[in-house]
Amino acid sequence: MSTTEVTPDTHEGSSVSLQSSRRRLGDSVFSALSVGSGLLIFVTLALVAIFLTTESMPAVMESREATGSASGFSLLETTLPLVFGTVLAAAIALAIAIPVSIGIALFISHYAPRRLASTLGYLIDLLAAVPSVVYGLWGGLWLVPRLEPLYLFLNQTLGAWPTWPGFVPWVGGDPVIALFAGEPHAPMRNLASAAIVLAVMVLPIITAVAREVFLQTPRLQEEAALALGATRWETIRTVVLPFGRSGVVAASMLGLGRALGETMAVLMILAPGATFSFRILEVGMHQSIAANIASKQAEASGTEMSLLIFTGLVLFVLTFLINAVARWIVARSGVKS
Amino acid sequence: MNVRKNPLVSLAALGLVGGLALTACSGSSDASGETSDGGASSGGYAELSGNLAGSGASSTQNAQTAWTESFMGLVQSEGGDLQATYDPTGSGTGREQFLSGQVQFAGSDAALTEEGLASSTEQCNGEQAIDVPVYVSPIAVVFNLEGVDDLNLSPEVIGGIFAGDITNWNDPKIAADNPDADLPDLAIVPVHRSDDSGTTENFTEYLSETAPDAWTEGPVETWPIEGGQSGDGTSGMISTVEGGNGTIGYADASQAGNLGIAAVKVGDSFVEYSADAAAKAVDVSPRAEGREDDDIVFDLDRTTTEEGVYPIVLVSYLVLCGSYADAAQGDAVKAYASYITSQEGQQVAADNAGSAPLTEELSDEAQKAIDGITVG
Repeated sequence: MSTTEVTPDTHEGSSVSLQSSRRRLGDSVFSALSVGSGLLIFVTLALVAIFLTTESMPAVMESREATGSASGFSLLETTLPLVFGTVLAAAIALAIAIPVSIGIALFISHYAPRRLASTLGYLIDLLAAVPSVVYGLWGGLWLVPRLEPLYLFLNQTLGAWPTWPGFVPWVGGDPVIALFAGEPHAPMRNLASAAIVLAVMVLPIITAVAREVFLQTPRLQEEAALALGATRWETIRTVVLPFGRSGVVAASMLGLGRALGETMAVLMILAPGATFSFRILEVGMHQSIAANIASKQAEASGTEMSLLIFTGLVLFVLTFLINAVARWIVARSGVKS
Repeated sequence: MNVRKNPLVSLAALGLVGGLALTACSGSSDASGETSDGGASSGGYAELSGNLAGSGASSTQNAQTAWTESFMGLVQSEGGDLQATYDPTGSGTGREQFLSGQVQFAGSDAALTEEGLASSTEQCNGEQAIDVPVYVSPIAVVFNLEGVDDLNLSPEVIGGIFAGDITNWNDPKIAADNPDADLPDLAIVPVHRSDDSGTTENFTEYLSETAPDAWTEGPVETWPIEGGQSGDGTSGMISTVEGGNGTIGYADASQAGNLGIAAVKVGDSFVEYSADAAAKAVDVSPRAEGREDDDIVFDLDRTTTEEGVYPIVLVSYLVLCGSYADAAQGDAVKAYASYITSQEGQQVAADNAGSAPLTEELSDEAQKAIDGITVG
């Protein structure tokens, strides 16, 4: 913004010297400040990256992969199950949250009466401001016991069914992915509970962004669709959703970022374990990177601490990659429309 | 001021400190001697000033918070000005920070190792560090089983349950110890701590010593068995046990709440948890071998058959320097350590953290060790 304002100034201002020199002082101060603030982001990011890399080096050097000895800990074996748990929890959370968010956003932007829409929008924003500890408390103490009948029902009716045929040889998965199989028992501190609470947490973020995007649909296009005889649903399907697609993807990625890094809620709900199990109803099978760091760091020192920091580095890189992918998707679909 | 392992280092320290050490030593030991009698009436607190920093075991966090607050209150009421803080960074980090001189004392669930003692001379004015027991916490075996309030468990059965070999509450091994209980046909859900914890370490140490056949994983800080129910921290453990039926776990006894607490087999009888029974566990245990007289470390006797002893306890130590170069700091440390090992301080911890107060003999012994710390 500052550059666009500066250019006309310098052209005209060469004749009116007094005024322009005063403006230039303000301009230079302001531009220095804003450039400084911008650079601060890079510096902070670089400092975090440097910290994570240097502090995790001891664990890398002492790991089985680096030393080649059979004894000692393995970087891959400790990190991969955590990555798996983190991604699985976030993926399930998004699978629940995205359809609901789109529904809420469409309701607010196209169906609800104006007053209701603004109240609802306000409530959604409020939901985004609730601290994750509160969600954790609510999930762990209130929600988990109430989900028990649902889980037992799913386990009994769908447990034997393959939800998804698949075989993941390198991580040692089952030949068939049966999400609801296994023997769930109370308290249901399993991945499904954690994912549901995560879904509630990312819901407001996705909804807020999606709502803004849907509201920006060109009015003329919508009216054209209606004039051609389309129903409201057909209008949404043919005009609003295609227009808002990249926005919804971007919103989902924002939500994914929060779901991946969420610590307290997962820590308070999930009974952890380190396996590659897809059985989301069984307890003690999964753990997320962030929750693992939070639970282990209090009594960790030396190499243990370094190993935890290494998992932090992995999470850092993971979120980076996901953001890059999101940007790529948004940029690509942006060109198309 | 005994000459310990390295006479040269001690000599150097003596040379550095000179005659000041002797005067300071006698002066402050008077002050702490008075506090040990349980007196808030002592006049030794008025001259205390500056900052006193400690860090270490998170298990003693509640007790340390209560101690630092009431101690600062005492000092203030006598006109002194001292800031005492305790940072629950974990035992390992606490010991590291102590050995590198970042803090003046450390709280630790395990005593300093030989190596740690040897390297402590660097920070401790040429003397070795000492360990003083300050916190005895009974670990209760808690359970949530509808229709059963009292439960007798032998170490073999507890080990079998937590190792996953005994899986149903109507198992004949459990029934044999509980002839009167109406044990249901229900799966046992063992619950462990998901974070690394001194509670887990002491619990598994008890199991591996009393029931080595049933519990084969040895004493561990991190739960060794994959899968199963778990909770983060003591509160997470308790809420998990409360959240199911047929659950069993282990937790700091003061936090057990409404859960059932199992009586544990010692010798031929079953002992219910009590603060006295827990304190006795330390009393019947021998001192660890190869340590100085003022380095009070216990080799906890988990296999004791003595009556009325509750053997599943966690003993937390205060790690102090044998000598402090800074007189003000040394006096503050000594006064603080004297306060928390006194009967009064122990009662504060019992009220606030539910620990078992040290017995009078042990309290006196600790007092003597603290009085032996030199300053200046």
